[in-house]
Amino acid sequence: MSEFLMPSLGADMEEGTFVQWLVKPGDKVSRGQVVCVVETQKGAVDVEIWESGIVDSLVAEPGQTIPVGSVMALIRGEGEEAAPAAERKKAIVGQDEEIKAIKRGTPRREAAPRVRHRGKAQETVPASTVEAGKSLRVSPAARKRALELGVDLGAVTATGPGGVICLADVERVSAPAPEVRPESAGSAPEADSRRHAMREAIANAMARSNREIPHYYLGTSIDVEPALKWLEGQNAGLPIAGRLLFAVVQLRAVALALRDVPALNGWFVDDAFRAAGAVHLGVAIALRGGGLVAPALRDADMLGRDEMMAALRDLLQRARTGQLRSSELTETGITVTNLGDLGVESVFGVIYPPQVALVGFGRVAERPWVDDGKVVVRRCIQATLSADHRVTDGAVGARFIGRLADHLREPESLWER
Amino acid sequence: MGKMSPDAIRDVLMDCILSVAPEAEFGALRVDRPWREQLEIDSFDFQNILVAIDSRLGVNVPESDYRKLSTLDETVAYLAARLPA
Repeated sequence: MSEFLMPSLGADMEEGTFVQWLVKPGDKVSRGQVVCVVETQKGAVDVEIWESGIVDSLVAEPGQTIPVGSVMALIRGEGEEAAPAAERKKAIVGQDEEIKAIKRGTPRREAAPRVRHRGKAQETVPASTVEAGKSLRVSPAARKRALELGVDLGAVTATGPGGVICLADVERVSAPAPEVRPESAGSAPEADSRRHAMREAIANAMARSNREIPHYYLGTSIDVEPALKWLEGQNAGLPIAGRLLFAVVQLRAVALALRDVPALNGWFVDDAFRAAGAVHLGVAIALRGGGLVAPALRDADMLGRDEMMAALRDLLQRARTGQLRSSELTETGITVTNLGDLGVESVFGVIYPPQVALVGFGRVAERPWVDDGKVVVRRCIQATLSADHRVTDGAVGARFIGRLADHLREPESLWER
Repeated sequence: MGKMSPDAIRDVLMDCILSVAPEAEFGALRVDRPWREQLEIDSFDFQNILVAIDSRLGVNVPESDYRKLSTLDETVAYLAARLPA
């Protein structure tokens, strides 16, 4: 028997509000399957399970606030007996105490493993292969409303774009609300409190980062005229929606540079660096209405040109509609941020713990550039690196920046390896 | 499409922006400064706005002209010069 726990979806997460189960007792579940939805400060997240087996019993209930590391369900292996009632009860009682504890404001727990085995070694790192789980597509507002109204989302007919359940669908199903909402703008305080929660989460993670991580910063100007010319050539004649974005070129160059310098891709845990192995780039995405999230663009070094564009498009859309998967928030080995769209030339970012580096890009700007002894006008960007001095020294960071610049200077070979 | 006044083009442009970024706040927008930065439009949103402009006005902006769409005034002038007859 093992316990399926509330996962830590980032250094800034202490608890999550349970929204809904997508499985029921007796169901077979397989590694990587999305089994439930949890509302976090970063929006609703589809949570995957990292163990195959049979759902023995569901402990978490919709609406509950559950601390990271608390039991949400019991999972038994195939052929294993069902849990005795006493064991189930123990899980539930233990959970109640933890919930009370968090309400009293006890200190937060460190990131917990996703699955705690009884009497077995703990499993802490998920596999990199994830089978896409099926789940309902529900807008965050609709999820919230369904929770308030006690509506079973499985019974709601979706009318939103792409089969998404929207707010109106939920309200249509529910009985008329007993209380009269003061005015139609009644959701404003909710949005405010959501924004406040996200602000607090970011504040905690960033305060921890600056407290614990001795950052060092490097930056360089890169002539991106060849890369932009190449991109314009690639995109010429394509319909607008099919054009490759420069952001994809930048992400590709980062992914390749990380292959050359893997010491910047991973996590600093228990006083030691653990390499990420795969190149899952965290892409910092500003959310409408404030805040940000940096989900993983998985296997960024393996994706072809158009695959990468499609993957980025998908990630951006899901980040902004609250449809991220839990693995996308936990497997990221480094974060890439681009503030160029907002007009800044360089960004020296704060590392998102337990990651050990962050890459920043500024805006593309025309600059005087010396080429072959002559001053010419070139489009340039500033690339920067913030890195954890406990793990690497400036020489390693410099090598990374150098490789990154090399890759951006040779756009035609970016996808030829 | 016929002849459209700059004001009409501007209205369509604002519609296109709002269809992608509904939270865009035009009240404090300075028309002589780059609108993408002021409205916090990233390159992905920008691409979607161009798709909307293409379908509403029939102007397909090539990548090499993205730089000409900096301020709202420049963007309106650019589109006005390229409206299909």
